[in-house]
Amino acid sequence: MKQDAFEAAASPIWTDYRAMLDALENPRRRRAHVPALTTFPHLHRRLCSDYALARSRRYSPGLIAELEVLVRRGHRQLYRRRSAPLRSTLDFMASQFPRTLRRHASVFWIAAALFFLPMIGMGIAVHQDADLVYSLLDAEQVAEFESLYDPVRHQPGRGSERQADTDVAMFGFYVMNNVGIGFRTFAGGLILGLGSLVILLVNGLSIGAVAGHLTRLDYGATFWPFVSGHGPYELTAIAICGAAGLLLGQALLAPGQHTRLAALRANARDAVILVGGAAVLLVFAAVIEAFWSAGPAPSGLKYGVGVLGWVLVAVYLVLAGRAGDDAP
Amino acid sequence: MPTPIDTVRLHETPEGVDLALRVAGPAPRAIAYLLDVVIRFALLIVVLPLAAFSGFGTGLILLALFGLEWLYPVFFEVRSGATPGKRSMGLMVVHDDGTPVRLPASLIRNLLRTVDFLPILYGVGLVSMLVDRDFRRLGDLAAGTLVVYADTPPEKPSIPQVAAQAPPAGLALEAQQAILAFAERGHALSEARRIELAEILAGSVGRRGEAAVAQVNAWAAWLARGAPEGRG
Repeated sequence: MKQDAFEAAASPIWTDYRAMLDALENPRRRRAHVPALTTFPHLHRRLCSDYALARSRRYSPGLIAELEVLVRRGHRQLYRRRSAPLRSTLDFMASQFPRTLRRHASVFWIAAALFFLPMIGMGIAVHQDADLVYSLLDAEQVAEFESLYDPVRHQPGRGSERQADTDVAMFGFYVMNNVGIGFRTFAGGLILGLGSLVILLVNGLSIGAVAGHLTRLDYGATFWPFVSGHGPYELTAIAICGAAGLLLGQALLAPGQHTRLAALRANARDAVILVGGAAVLLVFAAVIEAFWSAGPAPSGLKYGVGVLGWVLVAVYLVLAGRAGDDAP
Repeated sequence: MPTPIDTVRLHETPEGVDLALRVAGPAPRAIAYLLDVVIRFALLIVVLPLAAFSGFGTGLILLALFGLEWLYPVFFEVRSGATPGKRSMGLMVVHDDGTPVRLPASLIRNLLRTVDFLPILYGVGLVSMLVDRDFRRLGDLAAGTLVVYADTPPEKPSIPQVAAQAPPAGLALEAQQAILAFAERGHALSEARRIELAEILAGSVGRRGEAAVAQVNAWAAWLARGAPEGRG
């Protein structure tokens, strides 16, 4: 068949197809166009076949290029990966995130051990030995922490001139700082897991050192009520980000029966779910840290909220979305 | 078919046809990144007056900083396939099967940017792009994404309407296609170049100069439209 005759015979179909693509690519017209969509896959297959024919019959390059662009646009529409944003956000936190974490429980426990064990160990060691804190933090940083939690200032955390206004500023700071640390802990895993490992260890040691040092100075009465509220969410989230990073490292170091690239892709898909969930936890922690932790509530209540927080986090991560655990 | 020496990556669709994705190299991507840096900086300057609202404003500025650092590329890639910088360079981000990038893949490639940026100014990312055939930085490798040139709507070339003349018998398919390509694009070439190419195609029948161009166009008309008296 000559090119001209081929074009003349098929061009009404191409025109229909092109009109449908124009509608699909315009999100506002998308919805109005739904009824006609049932014919779209059929039309797409027809276009693919025309494109293949044009190529194998060596029709002119201009015609082939025109058909290829049409096929490519159709491919993007037909095979686009869809998701309903709002429903999937709820579904994500309610089941997908905790379920993915449970599937990688062993990696999570390794990350948690790398984070919490040095923290506790360093805390006890610094509590015993006054000079040890200076092996990790320089004198200026130690002095700064001391002034922040000095009981003389009554308001734990920051100065007594603190107002609701400042809370918002601190919220912005916590989000930027803590979620940023979470993201970096994850990304560091791409360096054979070493980046995540180092960030977990260093943060664990520093937090332990500060806690041990302040407790030794008897500043504990201001320090512990302040951190108890947001601690459960923030510390758990950092450990989860570490676990996500270790997943990347695991894919590169021990890919199992896949190529390293395939293992990295598969693990990255799960890891990003963990990071997303951890980011939500970190924002939640920032809300508590900014608007509750520095507030005037009595210490007993703050400790209670802290204990409740740990219970909530544990119950959430262990039980949420459990019904679907068998599903892949 | 041997792999073309080109930046075209072929993806075979479930319908069994090859789609060509033209992957973009480090240079246009670096320029796109610099444009994005400028845009982010401009956006930051726009929100800076919020500092007048003391603590509350400071909080908003810090949130904006966070968003511009981590979420700016994700937002634009998921929404329209490219950040403003990439769009102005004619680039877009797709999954390696050519479909538009979605949230998970976009998040992976943009969070892992931290590592690609090491040790300074995309050192790791540049090495990875130069080693990989598809110019993927580490974030792209982990996310399974490609940065490709967006489609430019092709202007439909037409074969000159001249009296058709049958080409010599036994013309190879490749030669036929070269003749058609010449007929479609010859008008865009300089005269000397047009004649030079036409003489290669029509040299075998002894045509020279403008006569060769006319001869090739007549063959092309026959190939596309058939003999003058009838179709097919």
